[in-house]
Amino acid sequence: MTEAAPQFISWSWIAENFSDTIVPAIIGHVYLSAVSVAIAVLISLPAGILAAKRRGLYAPITAFTGLLFTIPSLALFTILVTVPGIGIGPNAVIIALVAYSLLVLIRNVVAGLDSVPAETIDAAKGMGLTSRQILFRVELPLALPVIVAGVRIATVTVIGIATIGAYVGGGGLGTLIFDGINRNFSTMVITGAVLATALAVAADLLLLGVERYLRPWARRKQEEAA
Amino acid sequence: MSLLHEMLEVLARPDYWPAVWRHVELSALALILGVAIALPVALAVNRSPLATLVAINVGNVGRAVPSLAILALALPLFGFGFTPSLIALVALAIPPILINAATGLTEVDRQIIDAARGMGLSGAQVLTRIRLPIAAPVIFAGIRTSAVQVVASATLATFIGGGGLGDLIVLGLQRNIPAVQLVGALSVAALAILTELLFGGLERAFTPKGIRVARKRGRK
Repeated sequence: MTEAAPQFISWSWIAENFSDTIVPAIIGHVYLSAVSVAIAVLISLPAGILAAKRRGLYAPITAFTGLLFTIPSLALFTILVTVPGIGIGPNAVIIALVAYSLLVLIRNVVAGLDSVPAETIDAAKGMGLTSRQILFRVELPLALPVIVAGVRIATVTVIGIATIGAYVGGGGLGTLIFDGINRNFSTMVITGAVLATALAVAADLLLLGVERYLRPWARRKQEEAA
Repeated sequence: MSLLHEMLEVLARPDYWPAVWRHVELSALALILGVAIALPVALAVNRSPLATLVAINVGNVGRAVPSLAILALALPLFGFGFTPSLIALVALAIPPILINAATGLTEVDRQIIDAARGMGLSGAQVLTRIRLPIAAPVIFAGIRTSAVQVVASATLATFIGGGGLGDLIVLGLQRNIPAVQLVGALSVAALAILTELLFGGLERAFTPKGIRVARKRGRK
């Protein structure tokens, strides 16, 4: 079945191209994913806080971000590259990755703020804290684990989708996969695919650790949410 | 000629509808096979909490694998074309269904099962009359997630010769015909949104009123 590819995996290719091709691809992938999630968090925090305070906004915000989330990534990338001023390259990929992260992040910011017990907020009010102080000193810290859970899901999703971004010039590990397909060279395909998977799983475990660290008091609730 | 005009002409191309049809065919087959594999596995592991935990965790890791990675890995393993694409899409379809079915079946309230047992229902009856109906909405939510993901990922089948609407997107990009590229992309987007709406409706249809009430009460 693999007659076109004489060797399933060529370890010598990996050794020869490790520092020139593979490492830059990993760094590029981490960069794309990290920048996208960071921008998405910067948008989702205020949007989520707004939606939690003004409930009427929650349904339209989730409907819109849900629609964005449903659009297949290759489709969104190709639509974005035809937009004047964006074009082929990492910008189109980052915009799409931010768009995909919004739904999960905003939903979790709202769920996190909702999970803060009313008594806690009452107690904070009773202590004379202003609503701004309550938000920053009580609600957001208590909501943090749920927000991080959202960041975790968004990060894993983004790392996966970023591989497809290589097709429109985004760089990263997808470059290895697409070059491998074009050259009919399975080593590159496998290297790219395995590293992208490893990166996603590693990010998942790392952020799971952060999430657990942030809420040692409520491990049971976490199981419910999962 | 305006872009909109050119885009309408793409719809009349001889390769447009076959690409749509191939996309639907590939997605539907992958979803059906995914359900046919994931549901029996979820039922099989249901007897043992450890096996359920293993299945859920394997499913979670499976979900972390990028869809392009699964499709790309099918190439060296199974070659080029429709069947390798189908195999990859089935592999993508399984985890969401497996996770939801395994979780849904486990989370049925112990007291309801005890009550059913007390009324003299056998183990098989408890499964078909109590646990499966109660878990149905959760299972359908998994099938919906899976369906949308499969429709989206079927776009990538073009890279390993599986055809579908991805062919149009790639053709448009490579030959620099924005109309073809956009029609391909918008068609996939429409197909994914339709799938989401269709399965959302199915999910509601398979949630009987009584179960909806029971689920709300069951939530803490």
